[in-house]
Amino acid sequence: MNSLIRSTARCLRAGVAVYLPGRASGPVSLAAARYLCAAADIQKDLGEMVKKDKVVVFMKGTPAQPMCGFSNAVVQILRMHGVDDYAAYNVLEDQDLRQGVKVFSNWPTIPQVYFNGEFLGGCDILLQMHQNGDLVEELKKLGIKSALLDAEKESK
Amino acid sequence: MLPSVLRCARPVSTALALSRPLAHFRPHMDPDPSRPVERAIRTKLTDMLKPEHLEVHNESHMHAVPPGSESHFRVLVVSPMFEGLSLIQRHRLVNEALREELSSCVHALAIQAKTPEQWGSNPTLAKSPPCLGGSKGDHTMEEKLKAGRE
Repeated sequence: MNSLIRSTARCLRAGVAVYLPGRASGPVSLAAARYLCAAADIQKDLGEMVKKDKVVVFMKGTPAQPMCGFSNAVVQILRMHGVDDYAAYNVLEDQDLRQGVKVFSNWPTIPQVYFNGEFLGGCDILLQMHQNGDLVEELKKLGIKSALLDAEKESK
Repeated sequence: MLPSVLRCARPVSTALALSRPLAHFRPHMDPDPSRPVERAIRTKLTDMLKPEHLEVHNESHMHAVPPGSESHFRVLVVSPMFEGLSLIQRHRLVNEALREELSSCVHALAIQAKTPEQWGSNPTLAKSPPCLGGSKGDHTMEEKLKAGRE
């Protein structure tokens, strides 16, 4: 949210008319310029956001209170593996983020999961990886030991 | 930031499901011509992925949207084109085929993308998790539903 405020302020300080390169028709309206500034900033911010934490989830709602069944499924799966310490961004609170992350990932739906800055997929993919054991392996690569491995050990 | 308002939409989606008349029910094998989005999804997936088996389920009734909506879908695509592709590559193919629908009226798309061999050894359709009401009062959702009706 802060980045949106920063980017809007930046555009306003730049003056009323904004000329875009390659546009023959003259200045873009302030509203359009603001939108473009915000959109470009979101892409840059997302680049940083997905790298800042090992596990990053873009979801509807929060891990404590998911607002969508598919987002909730992601939260539950991560919880089952003992992954409670991750960055979760609520797209319902920020429409620019909601639209921006779809462009950034080239992925049309929410939730979206990133491991180590790399896009993993949505709920379906995470679920299948959980079911076929791949998720335990991927977490291992991040240096995270899945809680399910401990549970397995205890049951033997 | 103000916290998002708590919405308890389960009663609403249950009410919607109960009020949905049986006359609207159509098995997935028999596409209803009055469901243009479902038809488009079926056609595009068939054309792009040449599936051996295809299921397109409109799951909108399971979510906090008006009856008759075409906003939430689950697709099962079984195609030899998925051989050698990772899950994400397969899903991206499906997303690409349905790019237009996903950028207009389709709000959620659950995907199962299997090779014929995988389908043969485990022919089950996954189930979607219960709705937590996120679409209710969602402006983006309202726009998508409008796009679907036009």
